[in-house]
Amino acid sequence: MISQFFILSSKGDPLIYKDFRGDSGGRDVAELFYRKLTGLPGDESPVVMHHHGRHFIHIRHSGLYLVVTTSENVSPFSLLELLSRLATLLGDYCGSLGEGTISRNVALVYELLDEVLDYGYVQTTSTEMLRNFIQTEAVVSKPFSLFDLSSVGLFGAETQQSKVAPSSAASRPVLSSRSDQSQKNEVFLDVVERLSVLIASNGSLLKVDVQGEIRLKSFLPSGSEMRIGLTEEFCVGKSELRGYGPGIRVDEVSFHSSVNLDEFESHRILRLQPPQGEVRLTVMRYQLSDDLPSPLPFRLFPSVQWDRGSGRLQVYLKLRCDLLSKSQALNVRLHLPLPRGVVSLSQELSSPEQKAELAEGALRWDLPRVQGGSQLSGLFQMDVPGPPGPPSHGLSTSASPLGLGPASLSFELPRHTCSGLQVRFLRLAFRPCGNANPHKWVRHLSHSDAYVIRI
Amino acid sequence: MPYLGSEDVVKELKKALCNPHIQADRLRYRNVIQRVIRMSKLDQWGQAEVLNFLLRYQPRSEEELFDILNLLDSFLKSSSPGVVMGATKLFLILAKMFPHVQTDVLVRVKGPLLAACSSESRELCFVALCHVRQILHSLPGHFSSHYKKFFCSYSEPHYIKLQKVEVLCELVNDENVQQVLEELRGYCTDVSADFAQAAIFAIGAEKREQRGDKKSLGDCCQVSPTKILHCRCAATKRVPHIWLPCGIARTYTDQCVQILTELLGLRQEHITTVVVQTFRDLVWLCPQCTEAVCQALPGCEENIQDSEGKQALIWLLGVHGERIPNAPYVLEDFVENVKSETFPAVKMELLTALLRLFLSRPAECQDMLGRLLYYCIEEEKDMAVRDRGLFYYRLLLVGIDEVKRILCSPKSDPTLGLLEDPAERPVNSWASDFNTLVPVYGKAHWATISKCQGAERCDPELPKTSSFAASGPLIPEENKERVQELPDSGALMLVPNRQLTADYFEKTWLSLKVAHQQVLPWRGEFHPDTLQMALQVVNIQTIAMSRAGSRPWKAYLSAQDDTGCLFLTELLLEPGNSEMQISVKQNEARTETLNSFISVLETVIGTIEEIKS
Repeated sequence: MISQFFILSSKGDPLIYKDFRGDSGGRDVAELFYRKLTGLPGDESPVVMHHHGRHFIHIRHSGLYLVVTTSENVSPFSLLELLSRLATLLGDYCGSLGEGTISRNVALVYELLDEVLDYGYVQTTSTEMLRNFIQTEAVVSKPFSLFDLSSVGLFGAETQQSKVAPSSAASRPVLSSRSDQSQKNEVFLDVVERLSVLIASNGSLLKVDVQGEIRLKSFLPSGSEMRIGLTEEFCVGKSELRGYGPGIRVDEVSFHSSVNLDEFESHRILRLQPPQGEVRLTVMRYQLSDDLPSPLPFRLFPSVQWDRGSGRLQVYLKLRCDLLSKSQALNVRLHLPLPRGVVSLSQELSSPEQKAELAEGALRWDLPRVQGGSQLSGLFQMDVPGPPGPPSHGLSTSASPLGLGPASLSFELPRHTCSGLQVRFLRLAFRPCGNANPHKWVRHLSHSDAYVIRI
Repeated sequence: MPYLGSEDVVKELKKALCNPHIQADRLRYRNVIQRVIRMSKLDQWGQAEVLNFLLRYQPRSEEELFDILNLLDSFLKSSSPGVVMGATKLFLILAKMFPHVQTDVLVRVKGPLLAACSSESRELCFVALCHVRQILHSLPGHFSSHYKKFFCSYSEPHYIKLQKVEVLCELVNDENVQQVLEELRGYCTDVSADFAQAAIFAIGAEKREQRGDKKSLGDCCQVSPTKILHCRCAATKRVPHIWLPCGIARTYTDQCVQILTELLGLRQEHITTVVVQTFRDLVWLCPQCTEAVCQALPGCEENIQDSEGKQALIWLLGVHGERIPNAPYVLEDFVENVKSETFPAVKMELLTALLRLFLSRPAECQDMLGRLLYYCIEEEKDMAVRDRGLFYYRLLLVGIDEVKRILCSPKSDPTLGLLEDPAERPVNSWASDFNTLVPVYGKAHWATISKCQGAERCDPELPKTSSFAASGPLIPEENKERVQELPDSGALMLVPNRQLTADYFEKTWLSLKVAHQQVLPWRGEFHPDTLQMALQVVNIQTIAMSRAGSRPWKAYLSAQDDTGCLFLTELLLEPGNSEMQISVKQNEARTETLNSFISVLETVIGTIEEIKS
């Protein structure tokens, strides 16, 4: 049971405030919450905070704080789920979630909250149900049109414009295009994987974890059956074996409750009855750890030379991209923490589009685009001032200095899934009246959650 | 907005469960529940709500219980973590008589919990980690094979990293110790000094936020023997909460000491100070590592600047000085710079350490001990330091044998380590807290929170006792929350400061029946103050007590738990009888809490008995 709900901007300004039960405090709780949050000692968790018989539970989402207060000992899992669901809903209805969109759509947000929560109890959070009750239209900063964005490719891909939707296409409000019938027939299906990897300093793999999701966003006016075909070699669990190839194996799968799994066993087809109208749902979630069918996308070969006496540190980094040569990685950034007090940096990079700089005690090496199979290198020289240790002291001087590493990489891999899972087809079992085939957009994407390489 | 399907169901169920007729009629109750459960059209919020309502249902037979479990089984596989955790809680509570079912449920919830731990939402991840720790308290090996899931990644916020480090320490076993320690060592050189220190403390099996308490242990050995009795009594009560319950360092001492020694080689100030503090605790708990620690110590004094680190180093040099060749010279440096020393605590530590070292290595220390005593008595402005100096001076005047008798206390206390061994908490002790805010806040913090709330709630029913309460507490403020979390009290949570007036006690005592009577062995004399103090530590108040030595000897005690249930107790020692008779009365008849209360009482009396003999 929720007493209050409010949204704060990243600077602590209250954007939305709603009291459901009138049982606790006034508007100043928002301020109180922000004061408590900023005054918290570093080792305490801010997720759940307590003040005078009132619990604050919040999530941070795209720079905003979504906070609920309650005075009961509720289930934290349910509340956090509700908060992230609210964030998604607000995103759906306002186009995207952010300080600007929220403050432009205050009326809509309050209307939504009224319908979702009644006297602190959840009524419904389904987009489909809520559509019947929401009257206000979202205010979008500029009217959306596919053709305005003529030169933007999906994640920089250089395919024909007509075949690829801009990445922002899926982030339009679910209701705003009511008047504009012609553009409504679109379905977006994303296979998104998050990759977290830990590689030891000797190059052995300590941990691989893949968290994958299949997300659907449909703008179809009337619901009818939709069939999603997954790769046939897709196996769940360690023991199952399908097909003759190496197979695509995941450890655990969970499906949205509306997914019909009749054909899943035999043909790996998910049947889905998407509700009428615009919806957005996570069709399937899966996890995979430890054995990856494909090689890791990146390997780093560092070599460090450190002269303790003069404080000169030389780091040579060689980055190899093990993707297939036709795919590429984008927005690659390598982050390498450096010993304290590093002053100067001299660099030799293997190609001109790269950039490296010192930021907050760390080396940041940006590689906008890395082609599969290529190898890049950078040589960095730094001075580490500080009292040179007496040479007689125990440790060998070849050991890397304190505070160097581990390196972490962040990147995006468009059209690549680490598990190898692909969507074979997406079929709609109906023809919307009077219109041509609906546009179906299927994306595959992997990105790094934590890709850490020890040095 | 009209009520939706799920809302209807919830309303119906609510109505049904509140209706006494349905509650009485087993068949109808069951029909309602079945109908509700079979409505798969509920959305996740409705499901969570229904599972919450079902917690109130008490199955009449085993058969019915398993029926319900089978009906609800699909909820454990739900894709919403809220529903899965709600179902888990319900299963744990319904199956409280069937430990194997509980274990089975916890095995099945492993997957969803681990998924939540690596979820994209930091907040969800944190909450899941808290629940993982809760499960680990009962089933220490439960997540051991998944230790890699708890490795920290660079981008995570501080509070998640801390939780993960604690989880890692708790799930360590023979198979993964190498990898886990390797990982922890990586954290020790983290860029963030705070996190690095937390990781080092974790290796040394110490809980970080209680660092301030560490001194109390050292003090136990400094004070005169007459006081040791009291200190020990307090220390034994408090210890389980000072140390991490699992103690990675106690089982794998050699590896830990080796890692810590390597860290000293980095010669970084913030690392060295924490390592030395960890050494002090390790030596105290695990005497077998003393040799290794003594070899590692020389040289690290250059890299210690802060008060805590200095105190730890000086303590180590004083207590184990005879094994460290250059100990007198290091202390001499400290003596030389004592004028510029800003922390009185360091000076006190220095006085004690030097006097101790003087006993084992008189020739090297005599001169500087004289200088230090002179300085402390003549020039020092801090009264506590000056008094300590004077005290030692007079002690030395009495004679060296007397000094030895007073200062040479034991140098380690491995029994503390044994005491702290986690009495594996039964699942039932926390099942009702699962999927609530309690694991998220931590049990100790939750106790203070519910205490505040409870005080507001209970006050009208009880006579005003604020004046009593103000003078009542013997325990320092910061210890209270820890005291609440006695391992043996299980689900029982005694509220501190709930001092009853003697009148009220008498009235209640006379109006109630004896709920439990028991006889404990008891020999010889004892000091009632000790007993009173020990009882105070566990929040049992003494209302009245006979004088020491009188026969028959009686004491009346009262305590109250967080639900407001009162426990009134009489202790009776008959003359010539070597037994203590205990009678407990309770204002609400609940056997579960009564049993835990009695076990608390037994523990306290047992401890006193032990000290006495």
